[in-house]
Amino acid sequence: MSTIVFHGVSKAYGSTRALDNVNLTIEPGKIYGLLGRNGAGKTTLLNLLTNRLFPTDGEIRLDGQPVLENDAVLGRMFYMMEENLYPPRFTVKETFNWSKIFYPGFDMPYALELTKKFGLNVNKRVKELSTGYSSIFKAIIALASNAEVVIYDEPVLGLDANHRELFYRELIANYSTNPKTVIISTHLIEEVADVLEEAIIIKEGQIILKQPVEDLLARAYTVSGEASKVDSFAEGKKCAGVQTMGKFKSVTVLEELQNKDASLARELSLDIGKVELQKLFISLTNA
Amino acid sequence: MRLDFNSEKPIYLQLAEAIEDDILKGIFEEESQVASTTELAVTLKINPATAGKGLNLLVDEGIVYKRRGVGMFVATGAKEMILQKRKESFFQTYILSLLEEAAKLGISVEEVTAMLERGRKK
Repeated sequence: MSTIVFHGVSKAYGSTRALDNVNLTIEPGKIYGLLGRNGAGKTTLLNLLTNRLFPTDGEIRLDGQPVLENDAVLGRMFYMMEENLYPPRFTVKETFNWSKIFYPGFDMPYALELTKKFGLNVNKRVKELSTGYSSIFKAIIALASNAEVVIYDEPVLGLDANHRELFYRELIANYSTNPKTVIISTHLIEEVADVLEEAIIIKEGQIILKQPVEDLLARAYTVSGEASKVDSFAEGKKCAGVQTMGKFKSVTVLEELQNKDASLARELSLDIGKVELQKLFISLTNA
Repeated sequence: MRLDFNSEKPIYLQLAEAIEDDILKGIFEEESQVASTTELAVTLKINPATAGKGLNLLVDEGIVYKRRGVGMFVATGAKEMILQKRKESFFQTYILSLLEEAAKLGISVEEVTAMLERGRKK
């Protein structure tokens, strides 16, 4: 199995702490969403996990083995980075051959099948790929890597709607047939929400939440209606994400909906609604 | 099969209900194979664990059963089981709340019956 543990990990750049005392356990075999606003520390966290950066403090282990400069451990993880760092003059096919050397489990027939599905020409050079195809190219290598832990940083950047759909379906099919740990870092929360099993939310270098998405959504709801009534309903409850429009008000309540509250809402003629992951994320990460 | 991602209901429950609907409609016949967790997850673009949870709910209720190494099948009598279950939940969700609301408005049971009759003729 492949359990990842962060022990008090910090990363400082001068006086800025990009990551601040992160303690985190990533259990094997789940699809995780790593969610955070710009500059929250998502990429720093992934770079530390994959030894692209070294922590200022703390340690990261995979199954008890430190990841620091440890090729045996690093070979079990594949990281699809946001930037394209493949040699620009290589063709797609050459890059695949090269991936096979670093990741012996790399599934060439599957990679080639994916290039057909996505319409990626394997004879094109890396430098000739558009933004969308550059993402597709990197995503295909990640999907075919057969690593135990596959990390995607903004995997659908520049992809059109059809290709995004195709990517998510391939990701699910691939995960289903070959269970592995998947970590997806993305800003497109809405479209990935139902694919995730757990959400990890990072804010200003700290993990503020790690929870199964289903539990997270079950433990929050929105209440909306006439402003003064919403206020009296929300009194004493943990709330976030207030929106007002004239006399209309909508509030996200961060608790499980109790029967007595449901009846209270009915009495006050207020509407109770489901919270979406994206809205909850916005409520939780707003300053 | 369609899921309403805006519904308040958790997705696994919606999925279980959607499969039940398809069994009622005869899309999945008794003793025929239902879609696998992977097929459901890929088609609906949902997490396989969520899809599995929905299917397991049906397994626990005896509506669907597992044939080792082959897949999930609709049990004999599944249609009847679903109908019974739906009737009970119809009573719980519609009839009881109907009577509760009627009592609040001072509408007698006789009046409710008359209203039902009137509604039926529309």
